[in-house]
Amino acid sequence: MKTTVREAAGSVQIVDLKGKITIGAGDVQLRETINHLVEAGKKHILINMHDVTTIDSSGIGELVGCYTSVTNKGGKLKLLHLPPKINDVLTVTQLITVFDVYESEPEAVASFA
Amino acid sequence: MSLSSRFENIEMAQHLCGKLLEGWDLSEETTHWILMALREALANAIKHGNAQDTDKRVHLEMDVADSTLRIRIRDEGRGFDPEGVVDPLAPENRLKTSGRGIFYMKTFMDEVRFRQIDGGGMEIVLTKDLAQGRHKKEEGN
Repeated sequence: MKTTVREAAGSVQIVDLKGKITIGAGDVQLRETINHLVEAGKKHILINMHDVTTIDSSGIGELVGCYTSVTNKGGKLKLLHLPPKINDVLTVTQLITVFDVYESEPEAVASFA
Repeated sequence: MSLSSRFENIEMAQHLCGKLLEGWDLSEETTHWILMALREALANAIKHGNAQDTDKRVHLEMDVADSTLRIRIRDEGRGFDPEGVVDPLAPENRLKTSGRGIFYMKTFMDEVRFRQIDGGGMEIVLTKDLAQGRHKKEEGN
């Protein structure tokens, strides 16, 4: 998996993910990227899932772990551009109600204000 | 076939299962969820069963008979109590970072059975009626 971090208005950190978030291939990388941002004091994190091709329970677990670590530091973590199958995977485990999910990047960025 | 306990082998097994499913005219959705269930079962065997010990094998059988797909996966670990796995939908468990693999298997397959093997290891059998997932390509277009 590839991760790219860019900064938007209001110091919102947009994390673009590309590829798989599966056990042994991307799950730890996601955690390390978010932890790095949290340690740097970033509190507004938007994960762009548009180019995520596959996710498994391990990847879902990492997403949940990232959400918890950001929230515990007083920050907010939101999701952008959920592919339909990832939406389904979050829905069946009722996690879709935990995350704020956006289809528009400007709207998502503005929501942190 | 038998695989060493490496996560990279999950991709290969998924590829082979995908080949097995070709010709059944399954919807892309049905195939996707079967392959996800297979991924979860293999990851479970490698991580929790064999504890990523590469000296231990994961044994995999895949077969289609009378339109029923049966995937049998056996590890060489110490086994576990499937009834002891917590409900990931319970509010107190919803933000846990693990414990969803078996739930996904049960969600996406018709039947999931566990059996503790005498002498060590856990066997998981995933079953899916492929006739139920056929001809949906056209409906989806």
